[in-house]
Amino acid sequence: MNAREEILDRMRRALDGAQAPPRTPREYRRSLDPGTDAVDLLIDRLLDYKARVHHGTEAIAAALGDAGRVVVPADLPAEWRLGGARFIEDEALTTAELDEMDAVLTGCAAAVAVSGTIMLDAGATQGRRAITLVPDQHVVVVRRDQVTGHLAEALPRLDPSRPQTWISGPSATSDIELQRVEGVHGPRRLDVVILPE
Amino acid sequence: MSAAFPKAAKVALGMPQLRSNLAHATGTIRDKRAKAAGELDDWQRLRDTAAAVKADVQHRMPELAVTFERNAIAAGATVHWARDAAEANAIAARITREAGAEEVVKIKSMATQETGLNEYFAAEGLAAWETDLAELIVQLAEDEPSHILVPAIHYNRTEIRDIFKGRMPDAPEGLTDDPAALAEAARLHLRRRFLSAKVAVSGANFAVAETGSLVVVESEGNGRMCLTMPETLISIVGIEKLLPCFEDLEVFMQLLPRSSTGERMNPYTSVWTGVAAGDGPQNVHIILLDNGRTDVLADEVGRQALSCIRCSACLNVCPVYERTGGHAYGHVYPGPIGAILAPQLEPGRHDDLPYASSLCGACYEVCPVKIDIPEVLVHLRQTGPHGVGEKAAMSAAEAVMARPRLWRAALGAARFFSRPWRRRGFMRRLPWPGSKWTASRDMPVPPGESFRDWWKERER
Amino acid sequence: MSRIGLFITCINDALYPQTPKAVVAVLERLGYEVDFPQDQTCCGQMHANSGYRKDAVRLAKSFDRVFGAYDAVVTPSGSCAAMAREQYPALIGGDIGERVYELSEFLLDHAGVEDVGARFPHTVAYHPTCHGTRVLGLGDKPLRLLRAVEGIELIDLPEADQCCGFGGTFALKNAEVSSAMLDDKRRHAAGTGAEYLAAADNSCLTHIGGGLSRAGGPEPIHYAEILASTE
Repeated sequence: MNAREEILDRMRRALDGAQAPPRTPREYRRSLDPGTDAVDLLIDRLLDYKARVHHGTEAIAAALGDAGRVVVPADLPAEWRLGGARFIEDEALTTAELDEMDAVLTGCAAAVAVSGTIMLDAGATQGRRAITLVPDQHVVVVRRDQVTGHLAEALPRLDPSRPQTWISGPSATSDIELQRVEGVHGPRRLDVVILPE
Repeated sequence: MSAAFPKAAKVALGMPQLRSNLAHATGTIRDKRAKAAGELDDWQRLRDTAAAVKADVQHRMPELAVTFERNAIAAGATVHWARDAAEANAIAARITREAGAEEVVKIKSMATQETGLNEYFAAEGLAAWETDLAELIVQLAEDEPSHILVPAIHYNRTEIRDIFKGRMPDAPEGLTDDPAALAEAARLHLRRRFLSAKVAVSGANFAVAETGSLVVVESEGNGRMCLTMPETLISIVGIEKLLPCFEDLEVFMQLLPRSSTGERMNPYTSVWTGVAAGDGPQNVHIILLDNGRTDVLADEVGRQALSCIRCSACLNVCPVYERTGGHAYGHVYPGPIGAILAPQLEPGRHDDLPYASSLCGACYEVCPVKIDIPEVLVHLRQTGPHGVGEKAAMSAAEAVMARPRLWRAALGAARFFSRPWRRRGFMRRLPWPGSKWTASRDMPVPPGESFRDWWKERER
Repeated sequence: MSRIGLFITCINDALYPQTPKAVVAVLERLGYEVDFPQDQTCCGQMHANSGYRKDAVRLAKSFDRVFGAYDAVVTPSGSCAAMAREQYPALIGGDIGERVYELSEFLLDHAGVEDVGARFPHTVAYHPTCHGTRVLGLGDKPLRLLRAVEGIELIDLPEADQCCGFGGTFALKNAEVSSAMLDDKRRHAAGTGAEYLAAADNSCLTHIGGGLSRAGGPEPIHYAEILASTE
């Protein structure tokens, strides 16, 4: 018997005569209480993670600060490419070329207010994973209508067949005395620009 | 029966620096977890769902494993099966060589700790570089991890600074023990390695059957580096990591970060499904690992240990773990979850671990998937071996206690023979095995009049 | 009127007659008639938790024989009540476990009384024992009863929910770890400056008290004895 058959056979034997467990209850929350504003909550969570939050398209330039070379996905809207930076479209840039970039500017697929999470699924305005990873600063644009309250509302907006990155604040570690330190291997600065719908 | 734990625990208890590091770290994380869990008013309902999903996974494991395999292959992944650690390591080494590489970068993974992949690679002339900060510390120190989530929890910042200065060739001049400076040193040390690595090795937190996706939960970005930059990715995944549907992540991704680091969400979660053209590794391998798990599955009570999502909340609240640290357990899975997993994964080798607990129940209270760890501990005690002397003593006690007249006579005898100590009220030194008690505690003396005498007198 | 059987537990039978006496006093003060079946011995917890299932089954059956006819069984021990309620169904089946109440459960949930008419003008720290709190789910029930006692001054015990390190045979099999846990509990108890350390289990109090009697600190006392007091 090959390994696959043997493992499957062991599983079946282990479960021989086992009773089916009861139906899975799903009584947990799927949305915020009415009256709680998802965007306000998202901003509160992002600030708690030491991300920086900006408002409106014009703020993109300020969010990019003095970044000189900014990589962008080729389908990033032209009206987002603001400020004095040089915007370089990602056409299969090499790792070494990416490493030369000061920042990356993208959109996102969805955001989750309760946990302060921005979700990328390699869809429109987001590009491939490497561009949001190698540069030291990530500026991400979130439209108000992309903000959901709970994870349960955000997951249906993602395409599970594409690679996803869920981002909750800048890269961090708690490996030393469980004290959180922002900035390890991922972008050390996360700037979130909130746009009206 | 092995007595490795009590001996190793005694050694750990004699190390004041270790105990203070552990007490500080577990105390911090306990409070953070309680706050993060307390913030969700549906926490208990999330736990109920998670426990039920995992029970369903166990019940449907053959079906879900095959579904996962089919969907992962359809998405471009190559799926391998490994009966044990040796088989998994050999497959990983073969893929690494076929990719033309002599080294791999690694994401922190309990499965590869379990298979001893690093040691296997070293023996094969291949190098495996840990990239998680804590794993890096442990690897540089040539030490063993002592915690599931924070493998270097037994070191404080000064000790870590000294490890970096002594063993990291490119450690910055004048490195301080500021955690931010230490993290920066790790960033510099690993960056070139990330950007040039050809092969990465990972585990996975979840394997979604419905979509064939794998999920890795991390904080630092080293995981993203490993999952994105190299051409070849090898993921070693225990068969119990399956989840039926993508939707299930909405439950587990609330429970896991809040239970492990006490955060609302971990900084980075990566989800990938086979190969994505032009994005990340184009050569994606998944090794489904048994390594004793199907034996655990066969135990009706013990199989709930396979629900574990490796959050380590049980370690952080365990009064035993807090005082002994992880090394005393002698297995890659320490703490309460280790005490029920290790003896089941390696039958006959860790029979003393189910006793490394006062059954206080703090672990069950925090477990996000509601593993009744005390229940399994007691079950393993009841099905495991017993020492001959203890067995005789327990049988004798039962024989007396099961016969009311004998029991009453025994109580009378105890009162009679303890008379010399009655005025003092306690005994300070008992012969073995009572000496184990009186080493640190006095033993009270039976009183002159028993409740039974008093009751009889009253009824008259 | 329901028939109440008093299960005093083996440790009280051997070492602490004052605790079941106190339970009798409190229940009789509230107008209940209590019965003490002479053939009771041990609930089997030590055997079950040490891995001796067959022995535990025999003791559980004997418990069922002795107490099977009672409408309610009251016991001054969170861990023995937890044993009956949580472990008996798997060991011997039947429903005897459902009728076993730890004293505070009986007083609050069954009798509906919070103020039992006690007076105890002393300072007291309360240690919530693990099995009572986590397995039985007593919550703050014993504390609620204590708060209603006249003259009592309750002092918070730091890290109260931490195990004292007893754990039955754990105290012998892992004596060093157990002692290290005891050290911390003892330090916190002594630090309260209270006259008494109360709890719902004399097994835990034997352990903590055994340490306190060496290094000094509050006097261990079962909370039933405080409820019985009218000094």
